[in-house]
Amino acid sequence: MKEGKEKIELIKEGKRLDGRGFDELRPIKIEVGVLKRADGSCYFELGDNKVIAAVYGPREMHPRHAQDAKMAVVKFRYNMAPFSVDDRKRPGPDRRSVEISKVSREALDPVIMREYYPKTAIDVYVEILQSDAGTRTAGINAASVALADAGIPMKDLVSSIAVGKIGGEVVLDLNAMEDNHGEADMPVAMVSRTNTITLLQMDGRLEKEEFERGLKLAMRACHQIYELQRTALIDRYSESVDVGEGEA
Amino acid sequence: MYKVVVPGDFISEAVSRAGEGTYVEEGKVHAARYGIVDERGEIKVVPLSGKYVPAEGDVVIGRIAEISFPFWIVDIASPYEARLHMSEFADTRDEKIEFGSLSRYLDLDDLIVAKVTNVDVMMRVDLALKEDFNLSHGGRLIEIPHTKVPRVIGRNGSMIKMLKEKCNCFIFIAKNGRIWVRGREDEMNLATEAIFKIASESHTSGLTDRVAVFLDSFRLKRAKGRR
Repeated sequence: MKEGKEKIELIKEGKRLDGRGFDELRPIKIEVGVLKRADGSCYFELGDNKVIAAVYGPREMHPRHAQDAKMAVVKFRYNMAPFSVDDRKRPGPDRRSVEISKVSREALDPVIMREYYPKTAIDVYVEILQSDAGTRTAGINAASVALADAGIPMKDLVSSIAVGKIGGEVVLDLNAMEDNHGEADMPVAMVSRTNTITLLQMDGRLEKEEFERGLKLAMRACHQIYELQRTALIDRYSESVDVGEGEA
Repeated sequence: MYKVVVPGDFISEAVSRAGEGTYVEEGKVHAARYGIVDERGEIKVVPLSGKYVPAEGDVVIGRIAEISFPFWIVDIASPYEARLHMSEFADTRDEKIEFGSLSRYLDLDDLIVAKVTNVDVMMRVDLALKEDFNLSHGGRLIEIPHTKVPRVIGRNGSMIKMLKEKCNCFIFIAKNGRIWVRGREDEMNLATEAIFKIASESHTSGLTDRVAVFLDSFRLKRAKGRR
């Protein structure tokens, strides 16, 4: 990220503006199966980011000529609601959202066992309801859980988080203020079980040593997020069911 | 007790027993789906959700979606549509079916019970009519996720047997999650409610007993109402 217009002190007394330490995540909330009409869905909160992912399919692929005779085609749409940012976002796809859709799809692709459903399409829709930097990582986390919820065969879940550099320090999970006035932002997505990185982008500049430190930070956070994703899925089916006599 | 797993979870090292819903990597069996582990015999993950994929021999309830001579295109609640050839009808009748007259036999939105006779590598699905099941005598169609079908049938058919007896209904469950219920209006309502209850609580243990209590409480209420 280029120099901000005005210098903002992003780190005061070893803490960030929102009081977090350098390696601290924003609070995360995950809810599975929030949409009744979708085959799989997930609501994901990362601090002030609020994201909803819906998965439809496998279903018949249209247009027909885009079918793959050997495997399912994954379609991913990242979309920001017009009200998700301070200045109204002009609705519809733009350069940025097309790119994010592409890299997000590719972040999830390696874990989806697409050969189970030849000739079909798996649609993943990620809607950003509220944005505070790091929406693509929140979207990938949500989509990964929603895919599992839809019963799609997968090798693993994918977890994702960004790291960056602000005020000369490498920190985890930038918020919008830090992202806008910081020196670098680097989203990472990975398969926690195997430590396989499926997405790595960087905006800004990092020294080699900073990059390595940041990556390590991100990988550790991905493991934390993975645990939360897993717990959310498992809890959904372990809630106790009322064993009462029914009404008399 | 049941154990819920998510994709990627380690299940076992018994690679030779790895079955459906799992994959093997570096000598270990992992879950390939979000579901419940079944380790009796093969190690399987029984999915909690997902779409129906037809297999040869399955009996399904289909809906005529399109007529394209000489086939009926049938929606079988799956990502793949199925075909029913017109000879399926010509066999039983002596008349020749003319081009454009397929709808006289089966029209759009008609329901059929059919057996999957073949699924090829291109996922073309062929059906054969099962005429011993006739849906034209009334009744209603219920749709549940196909993954819940085994639960509605129960171990050795215990659940479905109980449903039929206590609801006094004819109930036919197809592999693709479609269920045909025929009986008296209030009894059909009861059966419908019970089936949806089973589908939404399919992951819990002691379900058969709970459904029995549910059905009995209804009969009790009705008996009281009569008095």
